[in-house]
Amino acid sequence: MADKVLMKGNEAIAEAAIQAGCHHYFGYPITPQTEVAAYMSKRMPKIGGTFLQAESEVAAINMVIGVASTGKRVMTSSSSPGVSLKSEGISYLAGCDLPALVVNVQRGGPGLGGIQPSQSDYYQSTKGGGHGDYHNIVLAPASVQEMASLTVKGFDLADKYRMVAMILADGTMGQMMEPVSLDVSDVKTYDKPWALTGTECKREHNIVNSLYLQPEELEIKNFERYEKYKAIEENEVMYEEYLMDDAEVCVVAFGITSRVAKNAINEARAKGIKVGMIRPITLWPFPKKPLAAAADKCKAFICVEMNMGQMIDDVELAIRCKKPVYLCNRVGGMIPSPEEVLAKIEEVGGAE
Amino acid sequence: MDYKRVTLFAGHYGSGKTNIAVNYAFKIKADGHETVIADMDIVNPYFRTKDSEKELNEAGIRLISSEYASSNVDLPSLPQDLYNVIDDKSNYEVLDIGGDDRGAYALGRYAESILKENDYEMFMVINKFRPLTKDVESTLEVMNEIQTACGMKFTAIVNNSNLGDETTAEDVLGSLSYADDVSKATGLPVKMTTVDMKLYNELKDEVDGIFPLTLQRKIR
Repeated sequence: MADKVLMKGNEAIAEAAIQAGCHHYFGYPITPQTEVAAYMSKRMPKIGGTFLQAESEVAAINMVIGVASTGKRVMTSSSSPGVSLKSEGISYLAGCDLPALVVNVQRGGPGLGGIQPSQSDYYQSTKGGGHGDYHNIVLAPASVQEMASLTVKGFDLADKYRMVAMILADGTMGQMMEPVSLDVSDVKTYDKPWALTGTECKREHNIVNSLYLQPEELEIKNFERYEKYKAIEENEVMYEEYLMDDAEVCVVAFGITSRVAKNAINEARAKGIKVGMIRPITLWPFPKKPLAAAADKCKAFICVEMNMGQMIDDVELAIRCKKPVYLCNRVGGMIPSPEEVLAKIEEVGGAE
Repeated sequence: MDYKRVTLFAGHYGSGKTNIAVNYAFKIKADGHETVIADMDIVNPYFRTKDSEKELNEAGIRLISSEYASSNVDLPSLPQDLYNVIDDKSNYEVLDIGGDDRGAYALGRYAESILKENDYEMFMVINKFRPLTKDVESTLEVMNEIQTACGMKFTAIVNNSNLGDETTAEDVLGSLSYADDVSKATGLPVKMTTVDMKLYNELKDEVDGIFPLTLQRKIR
């Protein structure tokens, strides 16, 4: 067990990435994720890595494509408007089957929106964002410790499946400080025979490309990719259950709102309301099975989100609309209070 | 306690400057002085002196803060009242400076009048549990960057070594030698060692210059 340090969420992502063997970072500053870049700018020169502040988000993601093609671990980070700019490149990474870590420390939108925290890029992260048939693995940390551990996990999954893993945090997760243990002894490495490392005239050259001239070939490529996605949905789902054994009401929340919800659930339990929570840690693949199982036991669901109701669609699909799903939300940079969530739990939990 | 007219808190970002500045302002006020606290942070968009606005108002401490603090406006703006407050010698002032050299640049434009009056204390806030100031060498690096950026020299050190909610008495005691080493390397005294109020009774006889903190926080 490594000694603990006190870190901002953004710094924890940066240090964990370095520990995971990522020595190439390309980014562009934007509140509230700027500390990722600031931390990288201090650390990378000391370890012989690359920190590069690109001229734009578009340039940064294309530099990520370049390094990813060589098989080296690489990342970029931004906040909502910057991730929109990077979405084209993320689609190209998907089309080239390249591993990379993309971090989104969300702020309120749409447009320039604001700098305060938000979860309104759920659709963008889990349903594409860029064009074409593809998925990202989307990880939603709910503590500074998870900002670190899911960053390591993200690099692992990205390499394992040759695709983009995304850390979907929010401004509060990025800015808040908590003790964290940076014990990353479980870093895995993968053979990358596809990488552009130079043939030395000893093998056929590799090609990294997302353009297919024959539609038949492109169709096969898409089918193959979705076989891979199916395996990920089978094997890589992560979630946390909280007080679900006897729960009659199931709260579903990820990231910062799951912490607010936990406080509300504890208060509701003290009042005798049987309420629990399923916290998706992977937003894609989404924890469909535990939610479907909860739908057989619970009478209702409450989604707590900092958006106008995005994850709620996936919850309704997962439970096949078997039970009512209610929304408890704040938007525009506002965070729901435990009292607001408690009021919703009381309203739903008391409605026999 | 003996106060200078102007007290400045600077240091690495996330070292605890804002929280200490707010607690220090309460202490000056409680000792019977007219007190002003100024938020000079142009770096941090989230956790600000303004989060304690209600408590400061209730205590009769004037808060000077950018009108954009804690809003959606991402401007590194300074409060307009800052010049006349620094020049108004009837008040005691606590200045909460932004993190690192980037945050300290803003102090540069006020440094001349503060230096001229020469009745100030400039604290370097240090925390050995922050990875970029975990040892003497890296702490000195940050200190020098700040001094270069603002054109002022530190006069004393605040040891705020902590691990947030998980801080134990042993963590604080274990940080004393680090603070001493920073003190020796810089020639500056460690005037305060800050601890959370809940550790105060346990540590008050063991730590010189102990200063208890009541934590301000935005969310649970």
